Amino acid sequence: MVVLGYVGALVLLFVVFPVVVVLLRGVLLAAKTIPSTIDAIAGVATAGSRDLDAVRLLYTTQTAVNQIIGVVANFGGSLDILLEDA
Amino acid sequence: MISYAVAPAAIITILGVLLIVLAIVVFLVATIVELKKISVGLDVVIPPVGELVAKTAPVNQLVDQIVSDLGAGTNLLEGLLVKKAGMDDAGGLIEGMFPGGGQAFFARNGRRDKPRRIGVVYTRGALQLARLGRGSPLGAPLRGAALRDPLYASASPRSLYPDPRGPGERPKSPVIGKDSPVQYNPSGDVPMPSAPLGEPAAAAATPAPQRDTGGILRYRRT
Repeated sequence: MVVLGYVGALVLLFVVFPVVVVLLRGVLLAAKTIPSTIDAIAGVATAGSRDLDAVRLLYTTQTAVNQIIGVVANFGGSLDILLEDA
Repeated sequence: MISYAVAPAAIITILGVLLIVLAIVVFLVATIVELKKISVGLDVVIPPVGELVAKTAPVNQLVDQIVSDLGAGTNLLEGLLVKKAGMDDAGGLIEGMFPGGGQAFFARNGRRDKPRRIGVVYTRGALQLARLGRGSPLGAPLRGAALRDPLYASASPRSLYPDPRGPGERPKSPVIGKDSPVQYNPSGDVPMPSAPLGEPAAAAATPAPQRDTGGILRYRRT
């Protein structure tokens, strides 16, 4: 009984305690890496959001493309009249 | 007696438990602090990400619409090109201007053969110019009437503009050959203009640079 008590105490001290420390240290180290990653994401997201301000120009582009296609269509119609078919 | 024997083991056990609890407390507190930092960081990150989502939301629709419009224009021009130049030449012209485009054009029209790269052989627009002028070698075998007069096409627009030589009498291009007014001395080893045969040399009357090493005299034979 006495021997079992010593064995249990030593196992608790030299096995359970180091395992608990290692596991908790791993959790802490993993948690410490997250804030730096979040800071990087914040910078990238801010820059990306700023870059996407140019998306509004797509509305202008769409209008311009529509006008260009109209001009091309008119020009094609004129060419169709001017040039003979193959 | 038993209590004295068990006491050291109990002390060790209690010490171990205390150490474990202490480690748990220390590490969990540190972890909580880090999680708090993460929460603050996410509060900073979420608004820009929301902006990203909001700003990119209409992009797909807009780009699809633009691609649709451009595709309609492309189909229009391709149809016109096929109508005017024929399928073979149209594919060749597209292939010449946009390498690979002719093949894709043929594929869209259900053909598997490779287009002739007209743009490699002729410059851009040569096919169209050939179709405008049946007098050119390239356009000679093409059917139909010419769209311009091959003889007077350049004279007609020239008549719209004044003579670039101006209203006064200005010398025209020199005449060369046996009957030209200015003859060249065939016996000289260095070509030098001289007066027509039977007349005094006009060049001799004009003063030439008198130098020992240069000037027109060094070409004279004594």
